[in-house]
Amino acid sequence: MSEHLEILKTYKMYIGGAFPRTESGRFYKVFNNEDELIANACLASRKDFRNAVESARSAFSGWNGRNAYNRGQILYRIAEMMESRRNEFEKELTAIGFTTNEARADVNASIDRLIYYAGWTDKYQQVFGSVNPVASSHFNFSLMDATGVVAAFAPDASPLLGLVSVVAPIIAGGNTCVVLASEPYPLVSITFAEVLNSSDVPGGVVNILTGKKEELAEHFAGHMDVNALMITDKPSSELHKKLDELASENVKRMVKKFITDWYAKDAQDPYFITDFQETKTTWHPVGF
Amino acid sequence: MSETTETTYKPTSPNSKLDFASVWEYDPAPESTDHVEVKEKYELFIDGKFVKPSKGRYFSTTNPATGKKLTEFAEATQKDIDKAVKSARKAFEGEWSELAPKTRGKYLFRIARMLQERAREFAVLESMDGGKPIRESRDVDIPLVAAHFFYYAGWADKLEYAFPGKTPEPIGVCGQIIPWNFPLLMLAWKIAPALACGNTVVLKPAETTSLTAMKFAELVKDAGVPDGVINIVTGAGQTGAEIVNHKDIDKIAFTGSTRVGKIIQQSLAGTDKRYSLELGGKGAMIIFEDAPIDQAVEGIINAIFFNQGHVCCAGSRLIVQESVADKVVQKLKDRMQTLVVGDPLDKNTDVGAINSENQFNTVNKYLEIGINEGADIYQCDCELPADGYFIRPTLLTNVSQSNRVVQEEIFGPVLTIQTFRTADEAITKANNTPYGLANGVWTDKGSKIFKIGSKLRSGVVWANTYNKFDPTSPFGGYKESGVGREGGLQGLSAYVNLK
Repeated sequence: MSEHLEILKTYKMYIGGAFPRTESGRFYKVFNNEDELIANACLASRKDFRNAVESARSAFSGWNGRNAYNRGQILYRIAEMMESRRNEFEKELTAIGFTTNEARADVNASIDRLIYYAGWTDKYQQVFGSVNPVASSHFNFSLMDATGVVAAFAPDASPLLGLVSVVAPIIAGGNTCVVLASEPYPLVSITFAEVLNSSDVPGGVVNILTGKKEELAEHFAGHMDVNALMITDKPSSELHKKLDELASENVKRMVKKFITDWYAKDAQDPYFITDFQETKTTWHPVGF
Repeated sequence: MSETTETTYKPTSPNSKLDFASVWEYDPAPESTDHVEVKEKYELFIDGKFVKPSKGRYFSTTNPATGKKLTEFAEATQKDIDKAVKSARKAFEGEWSELAPKTRGKYLFRIARMLQERAREFAVLESMDGGKPIRESRDVDIPLVAAHFFYYAGWADKLEYAFPGKTPEPIGVCGQIIPWNFPLLMLAWKIAPALACGNTVVLKPAETTSLTAMKFAELVKDAGVPDGVINIVTGAGQTGAEIVNHKDIDKIAFTGSTRVGKIIQQSLAGTDKRYSLELGGKGAMIIFEDAPIDQAVEGIINAIFFNQGHVCCAGSRLIVQESVADKVVQKLKDRMQTLVVGDPLDKNTDVGAINSENQFNTVNKYLEIGINEGADIYQCDCELPADGYFIRPTLLTNVSQSNRVVQEEIFGPVLTIQTFRTADEAITKANNTPYGLANGVWTDKGSKIFKIGSKLRSGVVWANTYNKFDPTSPFGGYKESGVGREGGLQGLSAYVNLK
């Protein structure tokens, strides 16, 4: 029997529930920790980002309209799929320098994080919503409602747990998102996209691009149909200012979480969900 | 739109025109101004004292109902703002944030009570300075101001219950900038939660309506609030910019136009300053054919003509189901003819004066834009006072979604009217502006209210009612209508850091 020549995986992006290559035809090289080429990743363009926002926008109403239980089921399903493909994640993580134990721990933590937020989908409304005792003859209540389309930069240094920690609370709350994967380590993010794609997550709810933050950051911040921007790595003060300025053009919500340790206690809590929620208050008269 | 041609008037008939004037004539019923005192000029309120502005400049404010000068306010410049921030910082570090939360609350309770005691004075001043009908300042603005302080007073020693799993801490010194449409109420929305959470404030009222804020400063002194906890500085945009850009302010809270809100968000770019923004709106009222039409018409009148339409959440777009459109519009026109437009201090007045010459020009500019865009205009026939800034309540029909008068906030007594056939179309039209502050829906069917309500992208949904406010009820916008909420439990988030 002749030796099996391994089939190398082509890593493409994840937009609108499909896996297209970048429209720009550009790529960048991804190396393992021994400086060997392991893949050619897509170098996303501004146009890719705009396509992704369009997908996220069309998916928004349907996803936000899913009931909380259903969203929880789907998040749980993502965790199930991840569990079944843990070997691939671990392999990709060890390739970029994680020890076997570290890789295992990272996948474990990522799966647990998904479960954590899956459990929150039908609870945060009860914890953060309210019935308000107004002094007039009205029934008045406040519900959380998704902010809309969220653009996010996943942390560079934590390519799997960081990405999952960013995406899970955003979609748990009914938002849709466009995420730029870790620039040096994009491969696990595409494997995660494959998990999403087999987990009943409707196409367009999560869109994952690979590429250079330097090129895309300003488009993320400036897009007029994006409602919120999440940044996780502290940018240079110059870029920080620029992003905030661009965000102001449509009063974009800026969510800044400069977290270095995604295992830390404060890297997960329901306030990650409410960061991407609007309070909607409804009044109705009470009477015969 | 069909014409109804009744000639006999029977007020109780559902088909008749409304006619109040020929049955009973309104006699003038002016609220007396004898008991209120307006000084020649007002100084800045910094560190518990009334101090002269460093550059010695003053600007005058007019009564918009007469066009006559009312008084003068000091113009705060950079040095004054610096002084105010220093005093707020000193009060924060040394005293206020260290005070027993219960005691903080008691100061706020005291303010609430003193406001109630002086309610009539504040109401009269609010109408004199801002042009709003005394009926509104007396029955809506000032009672809500007191209620707001009363509500947040109670939160001061209960904050840990508002943020499950977290420890709330005060932010520090808050710079607060408020608009001219609900001058004292917006002051209450800013100061009450800020103080309850242990912050100190530097507040700038709008330049056309600073009178009740300065009166409030006197009340703060009477209430014995520690010096520097509340600082009130008067001035226009430049003064506001000095606050926004001051390095030792930890948080900016702003209520005003989306245009200025964006400038503020931009000015804060790259800093760690917190901010909350309460910006413009273009509220839609969706009227279904199964709605109680007469109630809906009253609701529409209140939604757009309340406070001359100077309301960020005003229901300025009517989206009415085609089958009842003619009927609703006719009833609306009839009702509009009964509105009393005039002296804000007259207790019969429904619609008062436009707040300033500037705003008077803006609204008129939009009427012109609307007509140029092809809208049909309908206005009350009422007589307007000879002096002051008044605009007749106005309907614009035959408008389309892309018209500027449909997309942009006019902030005046101007209602645009569109029709729809299906619920989806109504929702799409309602959501199709950059704003998301408030919307209304009128229908007799409960399930429809919840469905429509869940699809409306706005921070407030008024169902079979409109323009209702309460301190326990969070208020604030989606999209370009702002960031954060004011009022209620959720309103506390804007004034704490969570650890």
